[in-house]
Amino acid sequence: MTSGEIFDLERRRVFDRSWLYVGHETELAEPGEYRRRTVNGRPLIFIRGSDGQVRVLNNSCTHRGAQVCRHDQGQAKSFQCFYHAWTFDNQGELVGLPDEEGYAKGFDKRQYALKSPPRVEQYRGFYFVSFDKDIADIATYLGSVREIIDLTMDSADALGGWYVIRGTAKYSIKANWKLLVENSYDGYHLLPVHKTFLDYVSWRRGLTGEKVTDSGAPLVSRSFAAPHGHGGMLHQAPGRAIANPSPLWTEDVNKEVLRIRAENIKRFGELRGRQMSEVSRHVMIFPNLAFQDSQTGFRLRQFYPVTHELMDVTQWDLVPRDERADLRSSRMENSLAFLGPGGLATPDDVEALESCQDGFATGDEWSDISRGMQREPKMTDELQMRSFWRQWHAMMLESNEAVQTDDRKRDGSFFLELGTAHYGAENTALQSARS
Amino acid sequence: MISMVEKHTSVQPVFTRSEVEDFLYYEAALLDDWRLDEWLDLFTEDAVYIVPTTDLPEGDPAKDLVFINDDVVQLRGRVIRLKSRHAHREYPRSRTRRFISNVRIIGCAAGVTDVEASFQVYRYRSGSTDPFVGQYSYQLVRTDDRIRIKHRRATLDLETLRNHGAVSIIL
Repeated sequence: MTSGEIFDLERRRVFDRSWLYVGHETELAEPGEYRRRTVNGRPLIFIRGSDGQVRVLNNSCTHRGAQVCRHDQGQAKSFQCFYHAWTFDNQGELVGLPDEEGYAKGFDKRQYALKSPPRVEQYRGFYFVSFDKDIADIATYLGSVREIIDLTMDSADALGGWYVIRGTAKYSIKANWKLLVENSYDGYHLLPVHKTFLDYVSWRRGLTGEKVTDSGAPLVSRSFAAPHGHGGMLHQAPGRAIANPSPLWTEDVNKEVLRIRAENIKRFGELRGRQMSEVSRHVMIFPNLAFQDSQTGFRLRQFYPVTHELMDVTQWDLVPRDERADLRSSRMENSLAFLGPGGLATPDDVEALESCQDGFATGDEWSDISRGMQREPKMTDELQMRSFWRQWHAMMLESNEAVQTDDRKRDGSFFLELGTAHYGAENTALQSARS
Repeated sequence: MISMVEKHTSVQPVFTRSEVEDFLYYEAALLDDWRLDEWLDLFTEDAVYIVPTTDLPEGDPAKDLVFINDDVVQLRGRVIRLKSRHAHREYPRSRTRRFISNVRIIGCAAGVTDVEASFQVYRYRSGSTDPFVGQYSYQLVRTDDRIRIKHRRATLDLETLRNHGAVSIIL
């Protein structure tokens, strides 16, 4: 957390040997659309070619290295390097250069296409790259966490699927990046750090005339560890736009939410349908991608160390394509109230992480993440963090896989035990709130 | 869009520029002094306060991700939070100083005056200096013989919030 040398090793042994997220295919709706992305310090172009295929290209001219793409986003048929005017099409091929006769007879433009990272693969439209050409494929790497991704992705099946909306939150935290790994699925910090946010929610509920008798706390929860350092927390709480009603929403919105839940159950069966609709999922995909589908919306948050005590964070929100306008505005209201640099909660996380980093200057050597080792871990426990650190430690020692990812042997299922009484109780509560 | 001929020239303006400037300086002083309840009093009941993300200055809160999209209720909630000693990013409170310039009345219709101004807001706390630079757009109205804010948008010129970490103060 406090060593520049360890940070240099991390970039090579952890980041260069993992799958790293680049973008989602829905960001590139049209042929030629592109986004510039920096992945572990490498400038890349995430682009849909005129042939419709999504590619990840190195943003560096094959002639002398200048960046050929100089806008953060846009749509282009080709990129002309401003240094010597070599021109590449949107599939990366070199299609023109001034005075080609200046090169020897065997000069072959096909050998000068823009390069790509050694591996580029996608899972459900999420594109990843790896700089380790021998790494296992993305599906194997994600392993059992695919089940969680599938639950979320399938949950908008009846609403035309998810897409990434425009606008990304880009901010930084003056702290070691691993502190945001821990914070991204830390249920224990919620009450002390986010008291003002929870008070805000209660206050806002009070304004509707509702008598607030519960804290909005999760009904049931658990945390989990998965192979390769992934982990997360699952919980059931009101206010998921897919598809738990909230006392803060109008009766009409809540009716629509319940309709979506019913539709998901019809399409995917009682077990998966309810899990995808009612359960919030906060997952860390090793090493640096937070996948969060909760009552504050569905988002990805990726973070890279700039130095051992500074990280850059990028946040993207996804929404269902055919979501009703009033439901969309409830969703975004929830998202912005909590999340992001202007939210009523995230700034306090930033403060907490920077405070930890400052505290480490004492030279005290250990953080304690033993919480919940003696019990079936709840979301307020720290099993998920142990999963990350075990994998991190193994990779820093140049071993590919942590021997142990979990404290104890578990069944490996990510399904939360949902009480069947939940439907009835919730609906009654809603009715009484509205009557 | 920069227009040499101001749109309001054909309409009788509701405010003079110096009236608007006085108002904006007063507002800045309230915020710098953390007199947040008095600041809230400057808004109409249907007001909004928007801060778009740095990569999408034209961001529309109805369809795009923005940093802040407060209606008056949420704005009130934001102020209640900022006054709490549990708003950790702002407790102890930061010191701020706002500079407002290039104030222009750019339009006036149906009693609503559109104003643009440049801002620099410096925030100092915990050894850090966080400069926020950008442009305000306001819609101002006159009610009960007082100027009120109907729409307030702070668009940042920054490329990212590198080093700032958050927009924890009111911009």
